[in-house]
Amino acid sequence: MLCDNCQENDAIVHLTRIINGKKEEIHLCEDCAKKSNKFKLDSFNNISFQSMLSAILNENDSSDSSFMNNNLNNNNCNSCGLNYSEFTKSGEFGCADCYLEFEDELETLFKRIHGNKRHTGKKPANIEAEKEFQAEIDHLKAEMESAVEDERFEDAAEIRDEIHEIKKSMEEDIDESKNI
Amino acid sequence: MNQKIFDNNWLVESGDEKDVVLISRIRLARNLKNHHFPNKASIVEKEEIIEQLQNNLSFLESENFHFFKMEEFSALERDVLQEKNLISKCHSENIEGKALILNNKLHLSTMINEEDHLRIQVFGSGLDFSTIWQVADQFDDQIESEVEYAFSNKWGYLTSCPTNVGTALRASVMCHLPALVLSERINEVLGAVGKFGLTVRGVSGEGSGSAGELFQISNQITLGYTEKEIIDNLKSIILQIIREERRSRLYLVNKNYDKLKDNVLRSLGILKYAHRLKENEALNFLSKVKFGLDSGLIEEDINKNIFSELIFKIRTAHLQLNNYNSQEELDIKRAELIRNSL
Ligand SMILES: [Zn+2]
Ligand SMILES: [Zn+2]
Repeated sequence: MLCDNCQENDAIVHLTRIINGKKEEIHLCEDCAKKSNKFKLDSFNNISFQSMLSAILNENDSSDSSFMNNNLNNNNCNSCGLNYSEFTKSGEFGCADCYLEFEDELETLFKRIHGNKRHTGKKPANIEAEKEFQAEIDHLKAEMESAVEDERFEDAAEIRDEIHEIKKSMEEDIDESKNI
Repeated sequence: MNQKIFDNNWLVESGDEKDVVLISRIRLARNLKNHHFPNKASIVEKEEIIEQLQNNLSFLESENFHFFKMEEFSALERDVLQEKNLISKCHSENIEGKALILNNKLHLSTMINEEDHLRIQVFGSGLDFSTIWQVADQFDDQIESEVEYAFSNKWGYLTSCPTNVGTALRASVMCHLPALVLSERINEVLGAVGKFGLTVRGVSGEGSGSAGELFQISNQITLGYTEKEIIDNLKSIILQIIREERRSRLYLVNKNYDKLKDNVLRSLGILKYAHRLKENEALNFLSKVKFGLDSGLIEEDINKNIFSELIFKIRTAHLQLNNYNSQEELDIKRAELIRNSL
């Protein structure tokens, strides 16, 4: 087999790397392998969250396995039939409704991938944001009350902060529409 | 299709910081509400999605835009589109149920039914995010006014891969960093960008490995920051990298003037007189010549834009458009094309 890079020498180094979730096999001769080591391109590729995704997802699966697996969502998405364990293998949602079905698992996942769990960017103009925000706040308020009842005060404080964040982004939306 | 459209090359336009940044790119992922994402959609559903877009997007009737089903392209044309970065490798394979929107200038493309229903991409020459963001944002608005997107208040634009959710924005630049590579500072400088939520990869020509000392730097985090914050963050890091590259160029030219001048002039000599050139070889010598021109080591009167002009044209599928077929013939034609441009 010839070297992928120079197409001249015999390939002696065979690498598999994952770029953007796609497996790619690389066959290099000794010279080209040395050169590519010099630039350590693979160490940059490793930074890619995309390639780390399946690792993150599967770690989620195996670490604390007894604890996690018991709590893992066993439901299938109503619209496309995907279940959470299939999702952890493919790293792809099947449809928008998967997001609702796996909601509880996704908070942790998004926090790990993005360090955040709430969108603050562009919104489609035709979205009825205010109504949805209000529904979310009502839902969280109920959760907060039951947390207080159970004397889970830390949880209650966390939910209170979340409500605060939602109110903030509601106000930002209103400010923006004034600008236009 | 009309192959004349392939002649367009926005990359030859002048742009900011072009001695280091060749291309800026913005990509937005969007999905339609009430349809499965492409990985779960049947061919029939994908065809419905294409039809729905074709029927609803009234701006497609303007002569600025072209709508194609991927089946309309020959395999060679798909390779050319891929070499121009207008479609991904994945979009050029298993073409059933896939489509493409292009604008006249070829600096906007939208892949339909790739990983997401819509993948909008806009390119610009040099460091140019303000213009291309505006183009992408307006184009997105135009589509949004005629179809309903899969969107959640909490998580933003819903994408098939969780790494894109939120803004679904990927902003990237292609940088030419010969001095950082030569001075072996490339790891130190690029290694640091990971801490800022960015990723780097070498840009490869044929096969693998980095060719032409080109690197692509892009944001990884898409959720929890606004589009402006993401772009501003990327831009501020890029400006640091530009400064480091220029500083290394000055340092190297002062320290190793004769050695470097010899090196870039030899590269120029090869490009001027070679009879056969492979793609990666040509890219690497052109990279050296670009470095020589940008750093003043080559004083000869040569078109400063030579790299931008040739970077697409010398690629294999582009050459094949003119019916050169065997590897040998291609290498000869590539060498001839470069020779005639110098
Ligand atoms: Zn080799
Ligand atoms: Zn689903």
